[in-house]
Amino acid sequence: MLQFMLLFSRQGKLRLQKWYVAHPDKQKKKITRELITTILARKPKMCSFLEWKDLKIVYKRYASLYFCCAIDQDDNELLTLEIIHRYVELLDKYFGSVCELDIIFNFEKAYFILDELLLGGEIQETSKKNVLKAIAAQDLLQEEETPQGFFEDHGLG
Amino acid sequence: MLRVEMKITRNLTGGMPTPMRLRDLIRQIRAARTAADERAVVQKECAYIRSTFREEDNTWRCRNVAKLLYIHMLGYPAHFGQLECLKLIASSRFTDKRIGYLGAMILLDERQDVHLLVTNSLKNDLNSQTQFVVGLALGALGSISSPEMSRDLAGEIERLLKSSNAYTRKKAALCAFRIIRKVPELMEMFIPATRSLLTEKNHGVLITGVILITEMCSRSPDTLQHFKKLVPNLVRILKNLIMAGYSPEHDVSGVSDPFLQVCLLCNILFFFEQVATNTETSKNVGNAILYETVLSIMDIKSESGLRVLGVNILGRFLLNTDKNIRYVALNTLLRTVNADYNAVQRHRNTIVECLKDPDVSLRRRAMELCFALINGNNIRTMTKELLTFLEKADPEFKSQCSSKLFITAEMYAPSKRWHMDTMIKVLTIAGNYVPDDVVGNLIQMISETTPLHAYTTQQLWNNLTGELATRQPLVQVANWCIGEFGDLLNSSDGADAEPANVSLFLCEKSFLFVLCLTGVYFFSVFYPLIYLFFFHIRRIKKLIDIYGGNINIEIQQRAVEFSALVTKHNHLRPSLLERMPAMESKNPSGSALQNGQATEDELLGDSTSKDGPHESLTSTSDSSMFLDLLGGTSDIQATSSEVIKPTAPLSVSSDLLDLLGGLDSSTQVAPSPGCDPCVPELIMDGLVTPEEQKQTIPSLTAFEKNGLKLDFSFEKPVDNPQMIIILLSATNQTPTPMTDFLFQAAVPKTFQLQLLPPSGNVIPPSTDKGVTQTIKVINPNKSQLRMRIRISYNISGSAVQEQTEVNTFPSVIWE
Repeated sequence: MLQFMLLFSRQGKLRLQKWYVAHPDKQKKKITRELITTILARKPKMCSFLEWKDLKIVYKRYASLYFCCAIDQDDNELLTLEIIHRYVELLDKYFGSVCELDIIFNFEKAYFILDELLLGGEIQETSKKNVLKAIAAQDLLQEEETPQGFFEDHGLG
Repeated sequence: MLRVEMKITRNLTGGMPTPMRLRDLIRQIRAARTAADERAVVQKECAYIRSTFREEDNTWRCRNVAKLLYIHMLGYPAHFGQLECLKLIASSRFTDKRIGYLGAMILLDERQDVHLLVTNSLKNDLNSQTQFVVGLALGALGSISSPEMSRDLAGEIERLLKSSNAYTRKKAALCAFRIIRKVPELMEMFIPATRSLLTEKNHGVLITGVILITEMCSRSPDTLQHFKKLVPNLVRILKNLIMAGYSPEHDVSGVSDPFLQVCLLCNILFFFEQVATNTETSKNVGNAILYETVLSIMDIKSESGLRVLGVNILGRFLLNTDKNIRYVALNTLLRTVNADYNAVQRHRNTIVECLKDPDVSLRRRAMELCFALINGNNIRTMTKELLTFLEKADPEFKSQCSSKLFITAEMYAPSKRWHMDTMIKVLTIAGNYVPDDVVGNLIQMISETTPLHAYTTQQLWNNLTGELATRQPLVQVANWCIGEFGDLLNSSDGADAEPANVSLFLCEKSFLFVLCLTGVYFFSVFYPLIYLFFFHIRRIKKLIDIYGGNINIEIQQRAVEFSALVTKHNHLRPSLLERMPAMESKNPSGSALQNGQATEDELLGDSTSKDGPHESLTSTSDSSMFLDLLGGTSDIQATSSEVIKPTAPLSVSSDLLDLLGGLDSSTQVAPSPGCDPCVPELIMDGLVTPEEQKQTIPSLTAFEKNGLKLDFSFEKPVDNPQMIIILLSATNQTPTPMTDFLFQAAVPKTFQLQLLPPSGNVIPPSTDKGVTQTIKVINPNKSQLRMRIRISYNISGSAVQEQTEVNTFPSVIWE
């Protein structure tokens, strides 16, 4: 089971955080800060796995974003790398050649996609098509609700 | 036109200006140049949002909460938004619910007070007609449910598990998974609905169903039995996945649905060979599946053919260019090396290559693995490689590597001379990173090997070049040897060590080290040297008198003693400065003893004998008596392991121990488990079947009182008929835990006793899993074993001490 997933930029700014275990806010901040520093200090040629405190950390860098997951001791690290890759592919398909700015300005959509891929720290849907179909349908529901108006300032903008 | 627009806008929004769009807020924040600017923008917006929340504005609530969530991600506090999320969830608009649930998952984990208020909305949404609303509710439940919430909503989840909608079913399955983790008692109610999950065609439902079943089976063996019948179904699914043609929907780089495959493998115990041969390994997914296969093979008690297959897969991984794969392979090999030693030996060369890998975590694992693989045959080549590695290693590796090299050299050295050479090389290369106990042990070993004294001293003298400050352990050992065996420096083995040179050299160098421990060692050298080089004594004495006023108390003391000895007590010199007798080492395998072996006198009531060797308790007050050898314990770190007292003659002349100094035989090497194949049974982490006992020996309950029960079970190792291995198991039948549990034992003089470190010192209440400890007894005379044991622990704040004698050992153990 995943314990948490973090996305952060090369400068150490957090772009997304999803926690599947409960920690007090202060502790979450501390963990995030320490982990980001540790991972940013690693050289590019280093292995994608590290042991940190009592967790296994799996991370991968895509362009300017680091995707970082913490998994239990008996989880498969190589598979977690695949899960991260699957998430990136989904984002790519949804936003069309995704870049960091897309995730910054549409962070809530990034969360929605993650929630369709993982639930409770485990993978819930293995088919890319199904995930994107579900997201598209929910987006449609959202659009149908907001009255198309002349002054279209409704919704999230 | 503009006026009309404004009027309409005002009517629509109730007179308030439209809140800033999320996008604009993000732009504004990113445009801030400094942290102070950013804080200002954020605070302004937060104030605005707070006021709109107070106004209870429905229209723009979701936009404001979205902005708040962004602000929260930047690190600012956002707890005032929690109730707003609840209101959004209760709204009927899908947009509101989406943001509301997202906010709840981010802001409202189970530690917050308002957390439970979500339950009612969740219940309503779980009964909604729209599948996506149900989906949102299930998603939130799966992320943040607490035990109370789980109990409330378990019924709904169970109903949804049987829904006809695949989308809902898969989410419900994962919610059930989380509920079981939070409240294990609820597992029963989900079992009937779970069976049908596996008959689905939809992969999402399949994978979530398998995850749920795995969790259930790992929690209760009854469920395991129940689901065992489903294994053929799982196998069939896996087979279809592998054999079936290309399915574009689930394909990843030519592999059909790797996630489901891995999940199934966690469950299935056979079919490994099929998977291994049919899986292509050029992509990460193929390797992920093979890795899971190997892990599964090692977890179960496979027959040897399968295990060899597993190791070979790992060997193939090691040749892969991807460092992630190599890491994973090294890690797993480390866990299995004790089980399948021969199989792993075949890959030794590749592992040795990994010692040179640029990545530090790969190097560390390769080093540990190399140590585990050393045996009598390959010790020379392996040591050569490891010495090269040691030269370039990082500091944190150097100390670990050098102490392990010492242990393995001791165990497998082909000849004493090779052993000495290697250790001297280690001391030279590892420099200051050699741990203190290695120095002590080396000195002990040198003193034992009498034929090589001259050779060793010669070698050490030759190596005393270069930057001595970085090689203090080498200097310490060299000092001791030259002090003891200085006269041998001029024997046939080496002719260029003039006594004058030696003493002058040492005088010069001693200036460098006056403030540290090595300096004290230097002084210990001079005492015996006086005996030999009397004609230089005036020069030496002059130099040493300077140190009589040195700031370091140790050195001052030595210098003054030295002067006194030379001037006033010349007649004592010959007897004082005799060569030290060889020190016996007590434990050839060198394992650390923590739970002390009490002195025989104390427990068995015999009279103390001055001549017999005996060990002492680990209390620091006792060890300080022996560490007085150097006149003080301040410079020496006493480790928590045993203190060995040197043999009889020294114990008689305890005052003179001060003068003879230079002995650091007080500590013992604690080997790290990974490289000590002498005790394979202890170090397994469950990957190995324990060795079969040749004969079954009945176990016995050694002690039972006040809820504490000690059981002894016996095992005879095949290679040593005089040894019996006793496994002590301490269990606690009271409802309170017992802490600081300490077990001590003593046996009659004819036996040898060895206590290995316990698994822990806290015994949890009312379980069968207590503390275990291994005891080894060697009985050369085959007499009846008697053991006196002393137990101490703390329960509910009070300390308890018990002492008893165990005489009822079955006689069959000595057959």
